Amino acid sequence: MTKTIFEKSIPGRIGFILPQNDVDIKINDCIPEKYRRKNEIKLPELSELDVMRHYIELSSKNHFIEKGFYPLGSCTMKYNPKSHEAFVRSSCLMDLHPYQPEETVQGALEILYELQNDLATIAGMKNTTLQPVAGAHGEFTGLKIIRAYHLAKGNAHKNEIILPDAAHGTNPASVALAGMKVVEIKSNEKGMVDLVALKAAINENTAGFMLTNPNTLGLFEPQIEQIAAAIHGVDGLMYMDGANMNPILGIVHPGKIGFDVMHYNLHKTMSTPHGGGGPGSGAVSVVEKLEKFLPYPMVNKIDDKFTLDYSHKETSIGKIHSFYGNFAVNVRAWAYIKTLGGKGLRRAAENSVINANYIMKKLEKVYHIPHNHTYCMHEFVATNEWQKQRCFENLGDKEKCNIKTLDIAKRLLDKGYHAPTIYFPLIVHEAMMIEPTETESKQTLDEFIATMIEINDECVNTPEVVLNAPTTTPIRRIDDVKAVKELNVRFVW
Amino acid sequence: MPYISNTDREREEMLKEIGVSKFEELVVDIPEKFRLKELMNLDAPMSELELSKRVFALTGKNKCTNVFNSFMGGGIYEHFIPAAVDTIISRPEFLTAYTPYQAEVSQGTLQAIYEYQSMICDLTGMEISNAGMYDGASATAEAIIMSIRKTRKSKAIIAGTINPRYKEVIKSYTEGLGIEIEYVPAVNGIIKPEDIEKAICEKTSCVVMQTPNYFGNFEDMFAMDEIIHKTKALFIAVVDPTSLAVMNAPCEYNADIVVGEGQALGNKPYFGGPLFGFLATKMEYNRMMPGRIVGETVDADGKRAFALTLQAREQHIRRDKATSNICSNQALCVLAATVYMSLLGKAGLLEIANQSATKAKYLADGISKIDGYSLAFNHPFFKEFTIKTPMKASVLKDKLLKKNIFAGIDLAEVGEENMLLIAVTEKKSKNDLDAFITALKEVNND
Repeated sequence: MTKTIFEKSIPGRIGFILPQNDVDIKINDCIPEKYRRKNEIKLPELSELDVMRHYIELSSKNHFIEKGFYPLGSCTMKYNPKSHEAFVRSSCLMDLHPYQPEETVQGALEILYELQNDLATIAGMKNTTLQPVAGAHGEFTGLKIIRAYHLAKGNAHKNEIILPDAAHGTNPASVALAGMKVVEIKSNEKGMVDLVALKAAINENTAGFMLTNPNTLGLFEPQIEQIAAAIHGVDGLMYMDGANMNPILGIVHPGKIGFDVMHYNLHKTMSTPHGGGGPGSGAVSVVEKLEKFLPYPMVNKIDDKFTLDYSHKETSIGKIHSFYGNFAVNVRAWAYIKTLGGKGLRRAAENSVINANYIMKKLEKVYHIPHNHTYCMHEFVATNEWQKQRCFENLGDKEKCNIKTLDIAKRLLDKGYHAPTIYFPLIVHEAMMIEPTETESKQTLDEFIATMIEINDECVNTPEVVLNAPTTTPIRRIDDVKAVKELNVRFVW
Repeated sequence: MPYISNTDREREEMLKEIGVSKFEELVVDIPEKFRLKELMNLDAPMSELELSKRVFALTGKNKCTNVFNSFMGGGIYEHFIPAAVDTIISRPEFLTAYTPYQAEVSQGTLQAIYEYQSMICDLTGMEISNAGMYDGASATAEAIIMSIRKTRKSKAIIAGTINPRYKEVIKSYTEGLGIEIEYVPAVNGIIKPEDIEKAICEKTSCVVMQTPNYFGNFEDMFAMDEIIHKTKALFIAVVDPTSLAVMNAPCEYNADIVVGEGQALGNKPYFGGPLFGFLATKMEYNRMMPGRIVGETVDADGKRAFALTLQAREQHIRRDKATSNICSNQALCVLAATVYMSLLGKAGLLEIANQSATKAKYLADGISKIDGYSLAFNHPFFKEFTIKTPMKASVLKDKLLKKNIFAGIDLAEVGEENMLLIAVTEKKSKNDLDAFITALKEVNND
């Protein structure tokens, strides 16, 4: 049984010492009785080696990029360059206090200024805020900007955001947090925006349209021009969720195809590490007419001096983070853009598309791909349908052949891969969304394809192997119901 | 090309296998006229060697707090961080792992979060903690929204003494939601309980109090408890986690939701980010909470296992009805905090708190004896306090900067041009403190 760190605690053991306190004052002279803690805190007592062993043991139970492939759709799990880790560990980046005078943080501001501009260039827009620290945080920021635009024009009634049913869950949740109403429209049979449904949803209250493009099926929206025209026709704004920005880097500028505001997921597109769930960065770029609404401060350059610019405070949506966003994440993204340049970013985009199409081509006769438009962008969505069908044709036992996408995903874990994104987008029944990214080699893809074919064969001939998967991982499938019903969210000792 | 694996030849082979002759055929869905014909106008690509020289040059333009004698706090504190913390959070097993949705291959991340939640619950005396928020400010804003959801009332009463950054973030988080905010002004650096009592009405969903407050002063949280809990409003406490080693656990004054900035627990200041917010509460409010939560369960073999739980609150399930839009959080910072607290242990965190508080007191005593300077308030404080300065704090700060001292935070922003907020951590030696006192004397005599 895996012990928690608390179960390893030995009273009196020490993993840390400070120099002797050289001021002669007692704590009780600082903190009057009334304010003193009644019961002692209960942190574990361990040596440094104990702690290291514990967390290294835990680390060995994780899947991570250097260990193996993540075919994780919409998450862009590309390789995270190690030089960036070295850069952000420069003392004069780590040991900067956010309230330091501008003249003492010129290097930091220069990096942020360049990143703001580079991201605006890539978006084909005017300017960029680096304050949002996650994709959903960026959505919230962008939506607040849309709201501010309408309020500034005296159009308080414009509070409806239209989005397709294929959208990420964060989209409607962010609309709600921004105080607007969600109007969801159905996608058409091709998985794209249904123009008729869109036009029916548009009215004078329409504040904007929110679209992930390429969409969550990995397809570029070909009617983008008509969509933008319809939305702009009622003075609505076009929001691009940049979760899938990777395959269009240097291929199209979102700002030149009708979008007014977009967020990046720098932890996807610009290769900053996911950290087991964060920190990320959700930078937001906007076109000129929305610039004055960006969160304050922006980084500006006046003559040769970089400054934190609060001059648009009156029109700004305000602050959405205590300081300037996830600085250390933004430095990594800056380094990535500087390393690749225009040429490299375009190449990254192209190869991400080629890699995805290569897998799709090799698997299209093995797995059902419901929205097969001949080619995809950086990802595609398959399902379990044929595996279930073929198993039944072979074994004639419905129960034995009740193979779900979840089972196929779990079998991939057994074979050393992370699972694809599953059960998303919601518009595809039993979806599995596969995104390889450009950093994976042909050899890795060939091995993955072979594995997927192998799993298909297992589904047909020995479905129990798939249904029982995984068996080689540190733990097997978990009891989700128990996790909720017998809620245990802290160790009591 | 850096970080792109396939060679040009492999690329051609793959295009052939796909059945196209060139890349452009794959993107026919993108209207031709939108496709860029030229490369984007960005700097020419740099090698790792060139870029490392550029980074070195840029960081050389910064002045950092490990060289300067720094007394800046205001929510971001420079406590000592044992090297083992970075060793763990640099491990690719944690650094490059995805969000732990696939529990079978994420037990490392999941168990660490469970341990983090346990530690936060112990420090705060609460029963359930989430896996972290963006920062203390957004955690506070989300706690207010949570109280609105719980009480179905629309007004938040907030102490005027909370961190001004939090006020700004609360404003942008709440203004679109029709939440009314009322700030109760400070009297002599703290909030008078009777002023809270006067402000509370039938619309009040919560009262937000920070202790130690922005000026460093302790608020009377016990008096607040009595007043707030006469009504249905929730008591939200904003606290400094380091202070909790020695100061009242928020459960002692019956806080309903406890939030704060976690950066001080094992994370570098990094020019203000990444930070992380913590949020803990009573079990009865668990379904109202924002953010991820990890629970203990078992696997198919009955083996102890950890998994994300109570997910029915979250955006990927509930969409626009979710308790929050948060998805990515600040997981690696939370891991740093967990390793930090494990290394320090009970005795270590206590010692950090003791040394920070006693050294702050030493400095405050020293400064109050210098001509022209005095303590701004006559209240107890932990590691941060406010002084009155003989000249504008901005002028004083500039003078001290020339002596390689970051003197603290100028309180002009909150209307006090002659006040300076000073933070002290265990990292300061008596010499550092004496040097600051001497410098303050000198600049006043210049």
